[in-house]
Amino acid sequence: MNPRRIGGDLSIVAHGYLRNPVALFFSLIFPVILILLFGLIFASTGATTVTLYAQDFDHSSTSVAFLRALNETHLVQVQVVGASVGNLSTYLGQNGDSAGLVIPQGFGQNFTAHRPVKVILYTNPQDAASAGAAAGALQGVISAFNLEAACGGNSSGNCTPIIGASSLNVGSPTYSYIDYLVPGLIGFSILTSPMFSMVDVTASYRQDGLFRQLSLTPLTRGEWLASRFIWYTMLTFASAALMLVIGSAIFGAHVTFGIWLVPFLIVGPLFFVSLGMLAGTVSRTPETAAVVGNVITFPMMFLAGTFFPVSSFSPGLQLVAKALPLYYVIDGMNQVLLFNNIPRAIGDLTVVLIGAVIVFGLAIYFFKWRDE
Amino acid sequence: MANAIEVRGLVKRYDALAAVDGIDFDVPEGSVFAFLGPNGAGKTTTTEMLEGLRRRTSGDIRVLGLDPWTDGRELHRQIGVIPQEFHFFAKVTPKEAIAYYGRLFDKQPDPDALLDQVQLTDKADSRFDTLSGGQKQKLGLALSLVDEPRVCFLDEPTTGLDPHARRAIWNVVRDLRRDGRTVFLTTHYLEEAELLADQVAIINHGRIVAHGTPQEIIETYGGPERLRVQGSSELAEYVRQRLGIPVRFESGRLEIALREKGDALRILSAIDASGFPWTGFATERDTLEEVFVHLVGQMDEGVLKSAAPTVEGTP
Ligand SMILES: Nc1ncnc2c1ncn2[C@@H]1O[C@H](COP(=O)(O)OP(=O)(O)OP(=O)(O)O)[C@@H](O)[C@H]1O
Ligand SMILES: [Mg+2]
Repeated sequence: MNPRRIGGDLSIVAHGYLRNPVALFFSLIFPVILILLFGLIFASTGATTVTLYAQDFDHSSTSVAFLRALNETHLVQVQVVGASVGNLSTYLGQNGDSAGLVIPQGFGQNFTAHRPVKVILYTNPQDAASAGAAAGALQGVISAFNLEAACGGNSSGNCTPIIGASSLNVGSPTYSYIDYLVPGLIGFSILTSPMFSMVDVTASYRQDGLFRQLSLTPLTRGEWLASRFIWYTMLTFASAALMLVIGSAIFGAHVTFGIWLVPFLIVGPLFFVSLGMLAGTVSRTPETAAVVGNVITFPMMFLAGTFFPVSSFSPGLQLVAKALPLYYVIDGMNQVLLFNNIPRAIGDLTVVLIGAVIVFGLAIYFFKWRDE
Repeated sequence: MANAIEVRGLVKRYDALAAVDGIDFDVPEGSVFAFLGPNGAGKTTTTEMLEGLRRRTSGDIRVLGLDPWTDGRELHRQIGVIPQEFHFFAKVTPKEAIAYYGRLFDKQPDPDALLDQVQLTDKADSRFDTLSGGQKQKLGLALSLVDEPRVCFLDEPTTGLDPHARRAIWNVVRDLRRDGRTVFLTTHYLEEAELLADQVAIINHGRIVAHGTPQEIIETYGGPERLRVQGSSELAEYVRQRLGIPVRFESGRLEIALREKGDALRILSAIDASGFPWTGFATERDTLEEVFVHLVGQMDEGVLKSAAPTVEGTP
């Protein structure tokens, strides 16, 4: 590795890039257009139905009926989560959700025996609309249940309420669509700027004999790759800065820069520069390379949490998302920028890093400058 | 003088095809060597094996004492290469390209002087993708000179160039030779080989069919020197009868092969004595081009297929 040669090559890459309006558009301008577009569209549409995450420790016919009744209010949509997610408040905080309900064990038994029992409602005071909807729906259902059980058909008797609710706050701010869009679109540029050009560059340089031309100079394959990697990392930093600034300045996104963002802005490009090169190397012609590149890029472009948070997907689609490398880049950046959940970010980073090392190794193995 | 290039029993196979079929030659340091041959003869294949871009099937190659395939990195600092089809980064200008090569090779080339040498000064700041074919080729040549190579490989450097530009390239080759550098050149232009090369090898179907100085090749493979005289068919018939030698007659011109030193004098005095009118005589011999066409044609008719004679010799 010789810095002078890498620098020389880098200046060639930069010249080529800065003089190619299409490449520049895709790397820097396009994500800006997207954030403005999506930001405007979704900022104006208010909250739809509130999702109420319910953790049911009771699993009785009563608790199931209780949740169904909540659903039927149409104020909230109940989404049952298992005990495995752990503390519901933490879970909500990490996922940026604002409403949750815990039904304790013994809820059904106590209710049948007319012993008082309490459910716990988590809401987020910053998200007044959701909190109001959730509390309203819960109060309505509780009243209906109490009325039916305690005073059922006996309107003269003393109707002691059986079910009560204690209300707790979710310890994190609420997140809006734009908040997810910032890391999503940073991920979009990490994916698309190397993938769209590296695939093509690798395939067409080989076809045009440019790699053979370079093999006649002291530049090594490693140095060539290093200069590309540095370039795309620089582009990623520029794009991330743009997204953060536009997101918070124009749309008031709740993103806070954390130093842990930096490794994602380095390992992400490393992964996709290598993947792009690998795709370009294994395809015979630039035309096939373009197809291979698109087959890899497009599913990730939409399903990895770029434009819409993965948590809003159906469970099946969420599984698909988790099979995509970009998901871990974007989820990790969500953890850093939104939820400040560094351990989970490190987990994501590890996945991306391992992937990057594998793809990089394969790319270097298959990438040859001259005919063997 | 040491040899810059030594090739022994070089073979390159592509499945059943022997693109290069066992060739041997040496190129002395400081000389210009021209590789001539029709399309598909194996020129580029040979050149690229010498440059370390293609792996040989068998045989041995030494360029500046190095094996181009295994010692490529060391060799590439000492050679300059212009491929048959030169491509470069589309958005980069010739000036930037030279600066780039300077950084890669750790040299301080003077872009203006180099571009002037290959006559590309007017396009110094135009992007590569806007250059014409010949201008691209000139940039390729300029880049191959950045590392001040000891050996230059030029694969058809003048193909597609206008006559003026070709002469500029010839001058570059002459400059290189004057500076003591070795030049390995492939070309389709016979006059180019005749003008520039110390030694020429003619390759066809992967084999060298003739090898030597242009003069030696013409003498060995060319027809004998011929006497030409303007005259009538009657005169032609007269000479045939009188001297008992073959005479070709075509559109008012007699053509007679000269076998011995005294032939010209004998024939001319016979013509003069005939009483038929005649004018303007001249002697001439085959050009390298005629020899080339003749040799390659013969080979394709199968005459030379089995045995490929070569003339060995240094100027
Ligand atoms: N990669 C390859 N695979 C298969 N055959 C090849 C390959 N490269 C060259 N050949 C064959 O080898 C033969 C020699 O090709 P080469 O390019 O060396 O010819 P050339 O003398 O340079 O011709 P030209 O004057 O047209 O440039 C041709 O028949 C060609 O088809
Ligand atoms: Mg060729």
